[in-house]
Amino acid sequence: MFENISDRLGVIFKRLKGYGRLTEANIQEALRDVRMALLEADVNFKVVREFIDRIKTKAVGREVLESLTPGQQFIKVVNDELTSILGGLPADLRFGSKPPAVIMVVGLQGSGKTTTAAKLARYLKGKGRSPYLVPADVYRPAAILQLRRLADEIKMDVFADDVFKTPQEICREAMRVAGVMGHDTLIVDTAGRLHIDEALMCELKELKGILKPCEMLFVADAMTGQDAVNTAGGFDRELDITGIILTKLDGDARGGAALSMAAVTGKPIKFVGIGEKVDAIEPFYPDRMAGRILGMGDVLTLIEKAHEAVDVKKAKEMEEKLRKDSFTLEDFREQLHQIKKMGSIENILSMMPGFKELQKSHGVNPDPKDLIKIEAIINSMTKEERRKPDVLNGSRRKRIAKGSGTTVQDVNKLIKQYLQIKQMMKVFARSGSRAMFGRTLNAFRGFMPS
Amino acid sequence: MKNIFNKLKTGLAKTHRSLTNKIEDIFSSGASYQEIMDSLEESLITADVGVNVSMRMTNWLKENARTRDIEELKCFLRDSVRDILKRCQSPLDISKKPCIIMAVGVNGAGKTTTIGKLAARFKEEGKSVLLAAGDTFRAAAVEQLDVWGKRTNCNVIKYAHGGDPAAVAFDAVKAAVARDVDILILDTAGRLHTKTNLMEELKKIRRVIKREITEAPHEILLVLDASTGQNALNQAKMFNDAVGITGIVLTKLDGTAKGGIIVAIADELKIPIRYVGVGETVEDLQEFDAKEFADALI
Ligand SMILES: Nc1nc2c(ncn2[C@@H]2O[C@H](COP(=O)(O)OP(=O)(O)OP(=O)(O)O)[C@@H](O)[C@H]2O)c(=O)[nH]1
Ligand SMILES: [Mg+2]
Repeated sequence: MFENISDRLGVIFKRLKGYGRLTEANIQEALRDVRMALLEADVNFKVVREFIDRIKTKAVGREVLESLTPGQQFIKVVNDELTSILGGLPADLRFGSKPPAVIMVVGLQGSGKTTTAAKLARYLKGKGRSPYLVPADVYRPAAILQLRRLADEIKMDVFADDVFKTPQEICREAMRVAGVMGHDTLIVDTAGRLHIDEALMCELKELKGILKPCEMLFVADAMTGQDAVNTAGGFDRELDITGIILTKLDGDARGGAALSMAAVTGKPIKFVGIGEKVDAIEPFYPDRMAGRILGMGDVLTLIEKAHEAVDVKKAKEMEEKLRKDSFTLEDFREQLHQIKKMGSIENILSMMPGFKELQKSHGVNPDPKDLIKIEAIINSMTKEERRKPDVLNGSRRKRIAKGSGTTVQDVNKLIKQYLQIKQMMKVFARSGSRAMFGRTLNAFRGFMPS
Repeated sequence: MKNIFNKLKTGLAKTHRSLTNKIEDIFSSGASYQEIMDSLEESLITADVGVNVSMRMTNWLKENARTRDIEELKCFLRDSVRDILKRCQSPLDISKKPCIIMAVGVNGAGKTTTIGKLAARFKEEGKSVLLAAGDTFRAAAVEQLDVWGKRTNCNVIKYAHGGDPAAVAFDAVKAAVARDVDILILDTAGRLHTKTNLMEELKKIRRVIKREITEAPHEILLVLDASTGQNALNQAKMFNDAVGITGIVLTKLDGTAKGGIIVAIADELKIPIRYVGVGETVEDLQEFDAKEFADALI
């Protein structure tokens, strides 16, 4: 309904042109829309109420800055407030001063603890630490085996002694072994449990006493509804959590639970899970989450991803080429490689504002096969053709289509797209690699079958 | 089987009680009609019914209910929730032989556990049950189902990790026919409804089964986690579009989440709701009852 609240607010505030300030009366309708948007995003009812009150106090009486429309001014107030509740800046993990540093992973059943434990281990190894995975879920069938398999997959040491049967015994022994083996970080996976399960919450407190963790991370599903305040609040009360990890953000949930949990616990969200693979974990960025909850798309993540994946040197070369107008299909292929490094095309597109609506209304389904197809076509060209696409006449195109197992239409489409991109990139060359990649991606939308 | 719904009710009682108190506070303090309506709307929204459906319901109340008595108003609300849900209250039919059931849903919803519970239930009814480990993707998923097979005394058709789930389905259907079993339940890997390639995989599994037995799978069960918010509606829509959901199981109702989104799902998609999950043991599966659910919700 309000997939794009910034558009909606734009409409509301059009009528307000000429007002010098935001007043209680003129922001009424906008507040109602923000309230609806937050509730639809699953932000808890009470959290929404408090939030709206805060916005009202902050916004009313504010002069509309010259550079902004009233709508933009209001959005800015909303966005700033959301971001500040979500934690302002990305929060790092703490490791304490006395090794080994212990990270406990806790949460409800099915929230994604085991996968997250493995992801964290891999992530921390990448940061130069030496993690040791400890499976302490003795209840769910094959849970211990699941962590062991994941550990094998990422070549990580894991506690694997079947003699120890209770979580308490496992944790004590794992601490000892980690010391002997010289691991500086323990990541302990615990069984999923309900916050109202007194016996099992008590067990966690015991484990906390044994392990003295420097991080107690509450793993929560991004699709969680209103109950997030009860569960996160419950775990925080019992265990004094140090942070939250939000999983399954690769879906289409708006993720309002993030705001509920941050508001009710005051604890930072430290990471987000964005896929089933062990590398699908990222630091949490409050500003992006604010945009997502409001339904404004995840533009920043997209830009950042593009920036990370781009090989700076290659990007420089590319810019040089553009200036000299010598951007060839070969360069285009190189760019594709870089785009592929950014992750699945599906993921990338889903971060673009408006794409989800497009997907819903037109059934646009980005297919990784398209990228493969483009590459195949370029690969079937001769060197000369790649450098000077002008020579591509009808019979050459036919040959290329045949060689790449595509159709002449596909080849035509690709060439047209290449020319468009070339054109666009010329314009954007001045603004550097970020914009360049953004544009390239946009051009790709056209290549997706619709 | 003991009345597990009591368990569900006590589980819900906590939040329920605080809510009731609050509403009564408002009433005894001489709250205005608008305040009463607001508190009713709040109770629906905090149960995850969704802001649109909640507003529609309270507006309906304003127009149709003459009373200003909070208890009576709550009764009206409960009744209208029950009416919506009642249309979706229809037990799972397992009379076909072999009856082929497939469990689908997002990651961690409770598919495998629900399959274990179903197997136990059908065995208790004297049926022979075969399980199939169609989750060849998640680490140790096959072994997890295998444990449930042992617990419930059911054979499990399984391949090594990483195999083609459609091939597992194919072999399982063949085996179900050859071994003359009453019921085959196929587990599938959890997947987010937004992943097109994984939804395609699910369609393929369904096709493969259908090629063997035209009217199968007889039941495609969507497993939903009661603590999910508005996204559950998207899940239901997209799984339904992909493979045609014939029944829903709502799990984890033993927590404090109320699963109100099921009201919106029932209202919009009218898919039968078969069971609710209220814990982690084989007994913790209850046939869905619209009235009891509505009573626990408000
Ligand atoms: N409290 C409670 N826990 C449940 C219920 N149903 C399942 N669970 C738990 O939820 C967790 C996930 O359940 P699974 O059955 O593994 O879920 P799944 O959908 O098969 O998960 P994937 O295959 O990993 O996608 C396990 O710890 C189960 O014990 C329920 O009704 N109540
Ligand atoms: Mg499973």
